[in-house]
Amino acid sequence: MKSLKYLLLIAKVGGEMRVAVVGVGYSGFNANTPDLSWKEIMYEAASRAYVDAGINPRKDVDSFVTCAEDIYEGFAIFDEFVPDQLGAVVKPTCTISADFLYGVATAYMQIKSGLADIAVVEAHSKASDIQTFGEVIKFAMDPIWLRRIGTAHPYYIAALEMSYYMQKCCVTEEQIAQVVVKNKNNAMLNPSAPYGEKIKLEDVMSSPKLFDPMKKLEIAQRSDGCVVFVLASEEIAREITDSPIWVKGVGWWSETSNYDTMSFMGMYAHKAAKMAYKLAGITNPAREVHFAEVDDRFAFKELQHIEALQLAKRFETATLLEEGYFDRNGALPVNVSGGNLGIGNLLECTGGQKALEVVLQLRGEAGKRQLKDVEIGVAQAWRYLPTASGAVAVVGI
Amino acid sequence: MEVEKIKGLKFHKKQDVAIVGAGMTTWKRRLNETGKELSYLAIKQALEEAGISFDEIEMVVMGSAPDTFDGLHMKGEYLLDGSGGSDRPYMRVFVGGGTGVFAPIAGYWHVASGLADVCLVVCEEKMSSSHPHPQSAFKYIWDPILERPLNPNLIWIFALEMRRYMHVHNIKHEDIALVSVKNKANALDHPCAQVAEKITVEDVLNSEPMALPVRRLDVSPPSDGAAALIMVAPHIARRLTDNPVWVTGVGWALDTTMWMNRDLYFPRYVAEAAKMAYRMAHITDPRKEIDVAEPYDPFDYKELHHMEGLGLAKKGEAPILTREGVTARDGDLPVCPSGGLLGVGNPIAATMGVKACEIYWQLAYRAGKRQVAKEVTTGVCQAWGDLMQVGTVMVMSNKR
Repeated sequence: MKSLKYLLLIAKVGGEMRVAVVGVGYSGFNANTPDLSWKEIMYEAASRAYVDAGINPRKDVDSFVTCAEDIYEGFAIFDEFVPDQLGAVVKPTCTISADFLYGVATAYMQIKSGLADIAVVEAHSKASDIQTFGEVIKFAMDPIWLRRIGTAHPYYIAALEMSYYMQKCCVTEEQIAQVVVKNKNNAMLNPSAPYGEKIKLEDVMSSPKLFDPMKKLEIAQRSDGCVVFVLASEEIAREITDSPIWVKGVGWWSETSNYDTMSFMGMYAHKAAKMAYKLAGITNPAREVHFAEVDDRFAFKELQHIEALQLAKRFETATLLEEGYFDRNGALPVNVSGGNLGIGNLLECTGGQKALEVVLQLRGEAGKRQLKDVEIGVAQAWRYLPTASGAVAVVGI
Repeated sequence: MEVEKIKGLKFHKKQDVAIVGAGMTTWKRRLNETGKELSYLAIKQALEEAGISFDEIEMVVMGSAPDTFDGLHMKGEYLLDGSGGSDRPYMRVFVGGGTGVFAPIAGYWHVASGLADVCLVVCEEKMSSSHPHPQSAFKYIWDPILERPLNPNLIWIFALEMRRYMHVHNIKHEDIALVSVKNKANALDHPCAQVAEKITVEDVLNSEPMALPVRRLDVSPPSDGAAALIMVAPHIARRLTDNPVWVTGVGWALDTTMWMNRDLYFPRYVAEAAKMAYRMAHITDPRKEIDVAEPYDPFDYKELHHMEGLGLAKKGEAPILTREGVTARDGDLPVCPSGGLLGVGNPIAATMGVKACEIYWQLAYRAGKRQVAKEVTTGVCQAWGDLMQVGTVMVMSNKR
C-alpha cells in the first residue's frame, strides 16, 4: 500500500497530472421554465452532479467556478448570487464571464496548479427571462461603430457572415438547411431537447428568410437549463469513481472584438482547437476524434466549426454532410444530442450542453442516442454574437 | 489568527510564478479615453518595466467589474483589443470589487498550471461614463425581491457595517478617521493619485455626512483607470531580472448572498481567503511574517476591518495599531503605503494598481518615494467586493 502511495506521488510530481470529470448534473433543457427560478435550476443541477460524483460540496470541493454574463442575468454583479445554491458559502468561488467551456478550462488550470483537488463548474441559462434578446445583444456591440447601424435585429450580422461563408466555401443554401434537418431529427431521440422535430429539407427551405439568406429554422431558439460538472485531479478521481472521463485538453481563443478585422471563418475555434489538441496530443483530429458537439446556434456555424476543428477539409464539409458523414450513424457524428438547433440557444451554458453530451456518450449513458465505440469526443462553443471568441475541450476515456 | 501547517503535496504546482513588471495609469475622471485606451497605457508601462515584447505574451487575463458601468454587455469582449487579448487565449474573470486581486490570482493559475509561461493581467475600470453617478449602476446588485424595493445604495450598507464594527469593539470615529488621514497623506507620493491631500482628523469628522457614520472623507472616490501585471514562469523570470517577486500564496472565498444574516463586524470571507493563501505560503503567524500589507480600503474603517480579517491585527486591535503609528509608512507594519483607494482612487477592478502592483513594487524595491522604511521580504494584498461577500488575497515574496 505504501509503495502504491509512493508511486502516486511520483506520478503527481514527475508525470503530467491529469484532470477528470467525475460527476455531471443538469437541469432542463426547456423552452421556458416558469416554475423554477434560475437559483432553483442551479440547485437542481448541482445537487444531481454532487450525487453523481458522490461528494459533499461543503466538505470536499476546493473551488467553484460559475460562468455567467451580468446582463444576460439582469444583475450588475452576478457572482453575488451564486454561492448559496451551489453549497459554496465561504469557499473559493468565482465567476468567469464566458462560456461553460472557459469554466472547464479554469477548473483544469486550478487543478493543475494545485489550488484544487476537486473543482465544480456551473453555467446556466434562464433565457426565457429575457424579454428583449436582440437589444441585449446590441448592448455587446461597440457603442460607436456598430451598435447604431440600423435598427435591425442583430441576427443580420450572422446572416452577413453566412453569405460570406457560403461564397468563400462554395456552400449552397440546401447544404446549410441540411444541418437543421440532421440536428432537429437527432434531437427527437433526446428527451431533454425541446426543439426536436421530424422535418425534411423542404420544410427548412420553405421557412421564411428572416435574415436573407438565413431562414427562420436555421436560427436556434432560446432555452433554459443548467449544467454542473465536478472535476477532480487524477488521484482523487481514481479514489471516487471507477469510470473517470478525462479532460485531455482545453483551449480558448479570441480573435478581436472589431467587426472589420474578424476572420469570419471561425478562426477562434480553429486556434482554440489547436491549443486543445496540442494538450491532448492529437495530431490528426479528423481520424482521432470519434464524435463532436459543436456550436450550431446558426446552422451555417456548424459547418464552419467542423472545418475550424479540422474534422473535415474546407470545401468538403458540406458534401460530407449531405453524404451522411456527420449523421448519428455516420463516420464522425456531429451534434448527436440535437445541437443548439434541437436543444436551443443556452447562452453561456451552450458549452455546458456540449460537454455534457460528450461525457454522457463516453460513459455510455446517452440512452437512445448512444453511439457505439466512442473514446474521444470534442466539445466546442462560441461566445455568440457579436464576438469572435470561443473555447474547445477534448474529452476522452 | 491560527494557520495550520500544510503537509504533503497540497498546493503542488507545475511551476513557480514570478511577477516581473507592473504598470498603471493615472486615476481620475478620464472622459477622453475609452477603457481600451486606458488598458493599453497600463500594459505599455508594464511591458517596458518587464523588458519584454508584446509578442511574447502568451495569454491574457482581464479583470473588470460590472458591465453596467460602461453600458456594455460582454464588456470583456469589448475590451479585448485594447487589453492585448486579440489573437490569444483571453479570459475575463469577475468577482465584483474583489477582481482587483482576483485577476492576478487567475494569472497565477494560468502560469502555475504550465499552460502559459508569460501571462498578462490587465484590470480596467471606467466609472465616469455612468450617469449621473456610478452609484446608479449599483442599483442592480441587489436581490430583486428582498432588497431592490427598498431602493438601497452602497453607502447605506457600509454605514451599517461601520456602525456595527464601531459598536462591537467600542471604536471611536476619530480612530477610524486616522486611516483616511494616513492614506491620503501617503498618496501624496503616488504619481497616479486622484485625491491625495494633507488632512486632519477634524476635516474627516466635519466633512459632509453621506449616511452616518460615513462622511465624505471616509469614502474613496469613483475613478477611471487601468493597471497591468506581467506574470511569468521561472525560466523567463531568470532571463529578465535578477530579483523577481514570487507569488507564494493565493486565496479567495465568497460568502453567502444573504449578507443580512451575517454579523458584519468581522469579514470571515477575508479570513478564510487569507488562511488559504497563508497555508500555501507557509505562513503561520501573519502579524510577524508579513512585512508590508495592502488591504482593500474603499472606506477608512474597511482597512481596519480587513487588517483583522487578514490576521494582521487581533479583532478590535487594528485601530490601536493605527493610532500608535505601526501602520504608517515608516512603521513596523506599513499598511497601504501606496495611499490605497482612499488616496489614489477607486476604479473598482483596476485597484490592482495599488494592491497587487504596489506590493510587487515594494518587494522589488521599485516603489520610489513610496518605498517603506523597513526591509521587506513578504507582502500581502487583498481586495474585497460584492455584497460584503468576497475576499481575495495574494501573498508575495522576494525570496523564492
